[in-house]
Amino acid sequence: MKTWLTTTDHKRIGLLYFWTAVGFFLIGGLEALVIRAQLARPEGIGVSAEVYNQMFTMHGTTMVFLALMPLSAAFFNYIVPLQIGARDVAFPRLNAFSYWVFLLGGLLLNASFVAGPLFGAAGLSVAPDAGWFGYANLTSRQFSPGPNIDFWVLGLQILGIASLAAGFNFIVTILNMRAPGMKLMRLPAFSWMTLVTQFLVITAFPVITVALVLLMFDRFFGTHFFVPAGGGDPILWQHLFWLFGHPEVYILILPAMGIISEVLPTFSRKPLFGYTVVVYSGVLIGFMGWGVWSHHMFSVGLGPIADSVFSATTMLIAVPTGVKIFNWIGTMWGGQIRFTTAMLFAVGFIAMFIIGGLSGVSHASPPADLQQTDTYYVVAHIHYVLFGGTMLGLFAGMYYWWPKMSGRRLSETLGRWHFWLTFVGMNLAFFPMHFSGLLGMPRRIYTYGAELGVTRLNEISTAGAFLLGVAVLVFLVNLWRTRTRGELAGNDPWQGATLEWATTSPPPVYNFTVIPRVESRLPLWATEHHAAMAPLPATPPEPIHVPGGSWWPLVTALGVPLIAVAALSHQLWLALAGVAVVVAGIYRWAYEPFEV
Amino acid sequence: MRPTPRLLAAILLAAAGCGGTFPQSTLTPRSDFSTAVNTLFTSIFWWAVVVFVIVEGLLLFVIIRYRRREGGVGPRPLHGHTALEIGWTLAPALILVFIAIPTMRTIFATAGRAPAGALRVEVVGHQWWWEYRSPDLGVVTANELHVPLGAPVQLEMTSADVIHSFWAPRLGGKRDLTPGRVTRIAFTADSAGEFSGQCAEFCGASHANMRLRVFVQPDSAFRTWVAGQRAEPAPPARGSPAEQGRQLFARSACIACHTIAGLPQARGIVGPNLSHVGSRTTIAGALLPNTTANLRRWIVDAPSLKPGSLMPKLTLTDADLTAIVAFLQSLQ
Amino acid sequence: MSQGHATSTGLDNRKMAFWAFIGSECLLFGSLISTYLIYKGKSLVGPYPHDILNIPFTSFSTFDLLMSSLAMVLALAAIQRGDMRQGKLWLFVTALLGLVFLGGQVYEFRSFVHEGLGLTTNLFGSTFFVLTGTHGAHVTVGVIWLLTHWVQALRGKLGPAQAMTVEITGLYWHFVDVVWIVIFTLVYLLQ
Repeated sequence: MKTWLTTTDHKRIGLLYFWTAVGFFLIGGLEALVIRAQLARPEGIGVSAEVYNQMFTMHGTTMVFLALMPLSAAFFNYIVPLQIGARDVAFPRLNAFSYWVFLLGGLLLNASFVAGPLFGAAGLSVAPDAGWFGYANLTSRQFSPGPNIDFWVLGLQILGIASLAAGFNFIVTILNMRAPGMKLMRLPAFSWMTLVTQFLVITAFPVITVALVLLMFDRFFGTHFFVPAGGGDPILWQHLFWLFGHPEVYILILPAMGIISEVLPTFSRKPLFGYTVVVYSGVLIGFMGWGVWSHHMFSVGLGPIADSVFSATTMLIAVPTGVKIFNWIGTMWGGQIRFTTAMLFAVGFIAMFIIGGLSGVSHASPPADLQQTDTYYVVAHIHYVLFGGTMLGLFAGMYYWWPKMSGRRLSETLGRWHFWLTFVGMNLAFFPMHFSGLLGMPRRIYTYGAELGVTRLNEISTAGAFLLGVAVLVFLVNLWRTRTRGELAGNDPWQGATLEWATTSPPPVYNFTVIPRVESRLPLWATEHHAAMAPLPATPPEPIHVPGGSWWPLVTALGVPLIAVAALSHQLWLALAGVAVVVAGIYRWAYEPFEV
Repeated sequence: MRPTPRLLAAILLAAAGCGGTFPQSTLTPRSDFSTAVNTLFTSIFWWAVVVFVIVEGLLLFVIIRYRRREGGVGPRPLHGHTALEIGWTLAPALILVFIAIPTMRTIFATAGRAPAGALRVEVVGHQWWWEYRSPDLGVVTANELHVPLGAPVQLEMTSADVIHSFWAPRLGGKRDLTPGRVTRIAFTADSAGEFSGQCAEFCGASHANMRLRVFVQPDSAFRTWVAGQRAEPAPPARGSPAEQGRQLFARSACIACHTIAGLPQARGIVGPNLSHVGSRTTIAGALLPNTTANLRRWIVDAPSLKPGSLMPKLTLTDADLTAIVAFLQSLQ
Repeated sequence: MSQGHATSTGLDNRKMAFWAFIGSECLLFGSLISTYLIYKGKSLVGPYPHDILNIPFTSFSTFDLLMSSLAMVLALAAIQRGDMRQGKLWLFVTALLGLVFLGGQVYEFRSFVHEGLGLTTNLFGSTFFVLTGTHGAHVTVGVIWLLTHWVQALRGKLGPAQAMTVEITGLYWHFVDVVWIVIFTLVYLLQ
């Protein structure tokens, strides 16, 4: 137990991220099931408006910040140092700090479900209830007087700290900790997409931090940044939020694109087709992601010129995205495809992401978007991209890398069940939403009239959502039974090409007995110009120093939510205590002997 | 490559698996605005279908054709193909140009400025109802918008509290109502009838209950309606339950929030103007049909029908309630 | 931490992380400054910037902060060549000039409040205090950091071997200084 609390091993931290994110994914999934159950019938099944609004707000917030991002982070942590031939990340203690802050931020957000009595609220739950993008001025104290939005503002700021710290860490890790010979253009595609993602994190999160700080000042200190009565403009919130929010979309999708760029070549027995193009298009998407934010705001009425410009940039960004799809198909072309579960999910990603991309193009056209935005059509789009895209990609990663992370393969039989239930379930759940949206059903409504004519469509969506729930249960069973009954993986169960497969499964704490020297982009495969890398020695030829753990990342992290709780409860002493804990933690951290 | 929008609508409705009337369908436009948008969407839709069929077809072909076979030789390690990659970069770019050009045209056509002489209506969003004010006509009403058939209408919209979004799918597309700003929609309806819509931007507890109706009327019917709205409602007959209700209303808490022309005590502006509430087809933010039973339920316990509603629960005797309902129904 | 380790790029890990951090900070201050500029002239009531901003006084503060950057350069150079006597002196001078700047900011905030501009008075007050307050918080962290080095130096625990740590502190200090120049120009000079 103690070794887990003090661990600075990137692999253990990766596993902590993984299990925590799976936990939050289940919570977010249950919230989705409440939403779908309520919508199965016109006039609902009795979920109140207040509870429903909390459910969709927390579902979105949880899935984006507490499930998808940290599941990607689990793979950044576990896999990236292995892929680049490093013994750990550049700043192992900072890495532990990121995890603890993420965990505590997530717990704080979810504590709102049971914190009602502490705030004298009528019910148990005071969960955030203004949607995952919390549009001002609904979030002002006047229109949201309870602590609900405070939890959201403070929780997201804490999660931002975790993401930023991890961002700096992984940028340095990938740029500086590569094995000899691992030039940037030999970096595995997943590590490349991680690098781009981290650059987006460290540039996008400061923007939402500022937005949240301004909102916090409005709510706690009575400023008017987003309050029209004081001259403030609620639209500024939208600009700041989406200036963050659109890069955030790529923060969510690029890691999954990286994963399938590893899975497809391995199971086609072919190198990634157009590696250079896949890398550069990823970088280009990262840059262009900054120039499209107002396409979330076509209904605001920014004027025809602004609408035209953002429409054009948005259509432009579809090009590098489309190119990636062709490159993935090109990777499989002429290959020898093995349909393992990981491969099924990777192909599923391509098939579903195409649909999400095409509906995205229809949003890129502002007049068309005027009919689609804030309807179930856009809900369909976001789920084809973030579930059909990101989540299927992450599942592909789980089946691909779980043998490396646990030493055992997940069951392929259960895996196939998992895949097909997911595939059928998601299409049943999300495809009809295109129609319900076009037929006039807005998003975020807890009730609708039978006369709208979308009852049948909603029944199908609900059935699909519950099928997805079954699929997730199958996955959990698979994870559980693999702990003891999974087939032993060996170093390289899939004949992969990248360095993580050169070491044991799971790898020793120092990762590699000797740091490999990299001669090609696919070190473990023989290519025209290069022989496959020689196996590493089974035991280290010379002793490897492994740093011990440290308590200080955890201690420092514990101070952060204290400050947030102080803000929620208006206790100045608690805030000072929190600051004291953080400062003390940083000093002990800075001056403790700890070597890499 | 250019099937009519109607075909698309038919396909989608068939796919929806039921032949309802779909009062909020974006695919059965009844104004210049919605028709322009629908035409544009249709062309995007068919481009998307073409791309979908080609790319998903290619994907299917590849995963079937290149499955691993026993004893097959190892694949050629192909790293890339420059000409091919340039080709598949340009092809989608070209398709996007075909989408972008009509998009830009439609953006300017639907920018929201009606020609001079259009009927101006100020729309004010409230949690959770719509206020319509037409200074040109001297009419103030709520939730049910009346517009003339075939004449341009200019909506000038703002909000009294949080951001809302006016969405009457078959007529006017969608545009946000933002406090402190004025946004515009312009449309010319091309069919008479009753059209429904609702708020599209999440605006708090009862967002789902913020519905609206638009009545498109031929010129004469529209003028009759305007005349009726401009006039003060006829005072109820002496001794009738309505006349009793009028007195109750004038002494009640109702007057703090509601205005009724001809009832000097009722000057509140927090809630909807009730001068002609009896002539409306719906109540409570176009949520419920305007029936005696619904009026009674609404007056006694509005928050149970519309969570978060500013209108409080009222404790009334059965007789008083009957009288007030009779009075409201008399406001034609 | 990884001092002395060979890195793939040759750049020290901590230094690279710090450059990334500064990039991130640019977006933070960029967002705050944009907010200030967007709300410029949108205040519904006074006092307005020209009523209240004291350019001669703030010019002195700006000069003070610029001089502190110079002192920082001298401190780092001294520590790098192992001259800890000079190193200690200039570290202290840098921190002291930082404290003078903070004292000036406290004085400025107090006089503004006295003249009727509070955090919630109008948009100018809100944007001004949040922007310059965030900068002041950065200066405070910098001063604490510098004083920590100074105390370590007094205890004989800071020498040329720790020059990289001081160099990173210097990077931070210069960055905070540059941000102030931008704020001074946009908020005070271009009213």
